Amino acid sequence: MNLATLGRRVGLALAAPAMATAFAFSLAALVLIVSGSDPLVAFGEMLENGTRLETMVDTLNRATPLFLSGIAAAIGFRMNLFNIGVEGQYLMAAFFAAAAGGAVDLPPVLHVGLILVVAVTVGATYSGIAGVLKVTRGVNEVISTIMLNGIAVAGLLPFLVRALADDSGSANVPGTTEISESGRMPSLNGVVEIFTREIGKGRELSSVLLIAAAVGVLYHVFISRTRFGFDLRASGINPFAARVGGVPPQRMVLIAMLLSGAAAGLVGMFEVLSDKFKYDQSFVQGLGFGGIAVALLGRNHPIGIAIGAVLFGFLDASSGVLQVSGSASREIVVIIQGVILLAAVVAYEVVSRFREREEARMAALALQATPTTSNAGGAA
Amino acid sequence: MMERWNAWPSWARWMSITAVGVFILATVQLVGSDTEQLTSVTTAQAMLRWCVPILLAGLGGLFAERAGVVNIGLEGMMILGTWFGAYGAFNFGPWWGIAFGLFGGALGGLIHAIATVSFGVDHIVSGVAINILFGPGGATRYLSDQIFSTYEGGAITQSPRVDRVGSFTMPFLAGGNIGSWESPDLLGWLDDQGWFYISDIAGLTKGLMAQISLFTLLALALVPISGWVLWRTRFGLRLRIAGEDPVAGETLGVNIYRHKYAGVIISGALAGLAGAFIVIELTGIYREGQTNGRGFIGLAALIFGNYRPGGILAGSLLFAYPDGISLRDLDGSATHALLAVIAVVLTGVFIFSLVRQKRTDAAIALAFALGAAIWYGVTDEAPTWLPNIMPFVFVLLVLVFNSQRLRMPKASGMVYRKGET
Amino acid sequence: MAPTDSPPAIELRGITKRFPGVVANDDVNLTVAEGEIHAIVGENGAGKSTLMKILYGMQPPDEGEMLVKGEPVRFSSPGDAIARGIGMVHQHFMLADNLTVLENIILGDEPRRRFGRIDFRAARTQLEVLNSAYGLDVDPNDLVETLEVGERQRVEIIKVLYRGARILILDEPTAVLVPQEVEELFRNMRELKEDGATILFIDHKLEEVLAIADTITVLRQGKTVATVDPNTVSAGDLAELMVGSELPSPETASTEVSTTPALRLEGVTVLDLDERPVVEDVSLTVHEGEIVGIAGVEGNGQGELVDAIVGVAETVTGTIELGNEDIGTWPVRRRRDGGIGYVPQDRHREGLLLTAPLWENAALGHQTKAPYARGPWIDRKGARNHTETIVDDFDVRTPSIDTCALALSGGNQQKLIIGRELTASPKVLIAAHPTRGIDVGAQAAVWDDIRRARGDGLATVLISADLDELIGLSDRIVVMFRGRIVAEVDPADVTPRDLGAYMTGAAL
Repeated sequence: MNLATLGRRVGLALAAPAMATAFAFSLAALVLIVSGSDPLVAFGEMLENGTRLETMVDTLNRATPLFLSGIAAAIGFRMNLFNIGVEGQYLMAAFFAAAAGGAVDLPPVLHVGLILVVAVTVGATYSGIAGVLKVTRGVNEVISTIMLNGIAVAGLLPFLVRALADDSGSANVPGTTEISESGRMPSLNGVVEIFTREIGKGRELSSVLLIAAAVGVLYHVFISRTRFGFDLRASGINPFAARVGGVPPQRMVLIAMLLSGAAAGLVGMFEVLSDKFKYDQSFVQGLGFGGIAVALLGRNHPIGIAIGAVLFGFLDASSGVLQVSGSASREIVVIIQGVILLAAVVAYEVVSRFREREEARMAALALQATPTTSNAGGAA
Repeated sequence: MMERWNAWPSWARWMSITAVGVFILATVQLVGSDTEQLTSVTTAQAMLRWCVPILLAGLGGLFAERAGVVNIGLEGMMILGTWFGAYGAFNFGPWWGIAFGLFGGALGGLIHAIATVSFGVDHIVSGVAINILFGPGGATRYLSDQIFSTYEGGAITQSPRVDRVGSFTMPFLAGGNIGSWESPDLLGWLDDQGWFYISDIAGLTKGLMAQISLFTLLALALVPISGWVLWRTRFGLRLRIAGEDPVAGETLGVNIYRHKYAGVIISGALAGLAGAFIVIELTGIYREGQTNGRGFIGLAALIFGNYRPGGILAGSLLFAYPDGISLRDLDGSATHALLAVIAVVLTGVFIFSLVRQKRTDAAIALAFALGAAIWYGVTDEAPTWLPNIMPFVFVLLVLVFNSQRLRMPKASGMVYRKGET
Repeated sequence: MAPTDSPPAIELRGITKRFPGVVANDDVNLTVAEGEIHAIVGENGAGKSTLMKILYGMQPPDEGEMLVKGEPVRFSSPGDAIARGIGMVHQHFMLADNLTVLENIILGDEPRRRFGRIDFRAARTQLEVLNSAYGLDVDPNDLVETLEVGERQRVEIIKVLYRGARILILDEPTAVLVPQEVEELFRNMRELKEDGATILFIDHKLEEVLAIADTITVLRQGKTVATVDPNTVSAGDLAELMVGSELPSPETASTEVSTTPALRLEGVTVLDLDERPVVEDVSLTVHEGEIVGIAGVEGNGQGELVDAIVGVAETVTGTIELGNEDIGTWPVRRRRDGGIGYVPQDRHREGLLLTAPLWENAALGHQTKAPYARGPWIDRKGARNHTETIVDDFDVRTPSIDTCALALSGGNQQKLIIGRELTASPKVLIAAHPTRGIDVGAQAAVWDDIRRARGDGLATVLISADLDELIGLSDRIVVMFRGRIVAEVDPADVTPRDLGAYMTGAAL
């Protein structure tokens, strides 16, 4: 592949999300104008606020769980498995990890390790149910993970939180016992401040960011460099061809589901390990669906997912200022996020059709370039 | 035996399943527990009311699936329905609320149709995107902030209270009025007699006939209407070809795109109607997050009902039943008794599977039956969250035992592009 | 010949249709007289199907003029063609399995009552009239999925007649039929012609065309090269017109077959999901350097037998030995690694990762071994280099090895598959319909490759619907009928007609 085609490919890959983002902001501007706000003022305030150091820390902290959730979804997508259940998996995992972390006192590294192991195990177990149902009984994973979400969110978790809170008897929001100092991840503020000024407003850059980065690298190496990753992608592109190519389809489904759930287990770790140190009724929800969004936005590529997560995190973090200034409703960012997502998936589809046509044209040209007795063929 | 059973018309099958089910409920109630909620009038009424949103969402899913488009955006479209329903009902009255709800849902359907049909976006992806866009904290919150917050009694997450539509009671059977004359209440009398099984059936039936909201009647009427439209009309046949074999339809001059659009927009409209029902009939107010996954349960009812309107009705009633009993069940005894019912039913599945020599099925059924029985045996009351998860568990169980027999439209979920074979 | 004083049923002038990089139809001129059976012949990829789709309104032409009964027309959808009395029976049946026969027939032209309600009674009456005229014996309320191939084709024809079509387009109607069924179809076609219908039919089996057609038009590389009278040409003339030179035919250079068995099947039975046997008690030995052909009408167990050998069939009993090892319980990967090469019958479904680059497609099925892998890692460099070799040696025409498989023509896709299987040094090659749907040049290349591998001692199981291919390539041919091997014949002294008799069970 020469440099020109490479540049062309990258350009095509970036065209879709860029167009989608521009479209979303234009639409949001229109909405703002209709509802009597000045979009330039609102976006200006967001940009100004968003480039402040404290807000940037906030952006990264918000992007971290979104990124992990995006990786979890992407592992499934790569195999054409729709793990809609990241939501339920991360909440279950966060609850049990927080409960386990709060219940024991261990030396520093071990304590965090235990919490992470519990989170990954619970996440994988919960997604594993859907995997087993699909492999043994042919139950569609979209439906089963939706149902498992319902079971977790509507029934099990509210119950579990209340059951545990009765014991602690605290007056606050019912939740698990707070994790002691040894079970917390350190702040990265010290490292960042070497290069910048002091971070104010009590903002702490969570070192869960490093876990996320490690997971991203692992994901990339695993998917694109290993035999197993090849099998996984092959199954996703064409399960029938993969099967006669020696890839055991059932086992791949199960493993992909387990890995996806394991990654999902880490989504709640920012809150558990460096923000709230417990699971309570106000534990953040919706990250599972946010992860699906950034995975789709980033086309399942780790860097794409990271960009998507930071973009969404930035929108969340920077819009806080709107509430204070009153120049617009901060909910406008949810509209922007939703529209970016919808517009991006549409734009990707348009671009990929364009690219398919391009490649077919190139291949046909290559055919004609070589003198041949046969005709072009493949016209049907 | 199975052949003869399958040869029955589907209403007869559902009727006999229901009859057996009520018999089990009555038996458990008589011998095993101190509740009367399992077959009471109030249970039936609550069940019917709570079943409507599930039913409407399920019918919505039906129109989309039959046109070949998977719609997991039902939840988001339903949320649009709640918001628009509340807006219409507050400003112009409940009937307008219904119309606005329809419109709001249809809007969501239109977006889904544009993405999936015109642009060929994966159906699940588009559905998830719609759920994110319109889900809790999404676009509807922006609208609430802009509009409901300015109303008296409204806020960023809720609307002011809205009115209901009128109701109807069946004369003679359930004691409804004809003019100003109050007719006799036959079923109520039977229910009061305390006769085993007969009174149970009478109680449940009366619940389905007394003080039924006109909105509920409208929803119930949509069951046969949907069946008629899909299987008896030209539009329905053409819509179904879009879901079974769009290329075959195209070769006969059927405009597949148009029928897919129609199916998905109707789907959204019905989901929106479901949302409007929640606001106007169930809660009397718009509150963020109030759909509580019912769009997904509607999807579940669709699958449970094997993509047919009658089956969807049966599924929604079943899924709404735990809601129905839990509403008046303060001490948890009725839900507790339900555990026994589940144990009995699963034992039935166990025996049935043994007879058909499906050992795995039998083992799974037995394990769950034992679990439910033990739970029933060692506790005195059931936790309050149990009814909440029952619909989800029911669906999983149905899929576990029955996924091979379910028949979804053949081309459902596939992206169709005109002129490509 | 039909009378020619009335305006022609169809006239095409200068029809041109381009796809990205390909001209499918290039200045096509065609005149079909009223009431004649007009055959269009041409090899795969000559543009026949595209032309038919244009005629039926499924694709608009880029240039040119179409006249039906002397009037210029412009179709934007099949509905327009139907309105002009044109009906089409597609090569792949356009029937929805889960709809009834009646629903399939009336779709798009439903008799209607008020509120858009379908008048099923009127539809049924209309159908009965057609039924009795044509002798279709199926219950209109049956689901189409319960019908057999022949019945489905009749439903398709009824479907066209129901719309009152007087011009019928039949796209390779004989492809799915055995010779005996073909005769019945031809009888029906002659009846229709008696009734005054015009039939335009596509085929590439020259004997059939000569037997039925009143006029023959030959397409080559998207152009109409000649319109001839069947009484004045021979099959050889036609073939020459089709390819522009002598038609290549497969022929095995006779070499000695060894006596070392490479693949041995003993009493193999395969059950389907309903636990019915689809392959029953099949025993077969393929020796090194031998090509064993399997003939049979599709759906008589050949596909399932292949699945059993490759290891993807549901329930298999009996013995399958590769060399001296019993591989019956091995998973697919171990079998493939153990030396089973596989060219699947549907390359899009089982052969390729269409949206992945060529080098990944080359690795598929061999991703556990060098040069594609090193330990648990994918060896990108090795895989890419090896793919370059395949592309060169097997003449895969592609801009680069990073091109998506999707972008290649069928013939080049197939050459890539053959290349990746043969360069992985297999012991046994399972080749299912290796030349289906590819152009003549690629076809000849594939035959050469298989023949060369045979010379190197490869044992090959060849499944094909092309009886000439089977007879030309195989050392031995077995015939499968209803899941069993019912005959074994010597390709040196068997004709396609004899084979057809075995394949339908007529000779048993």
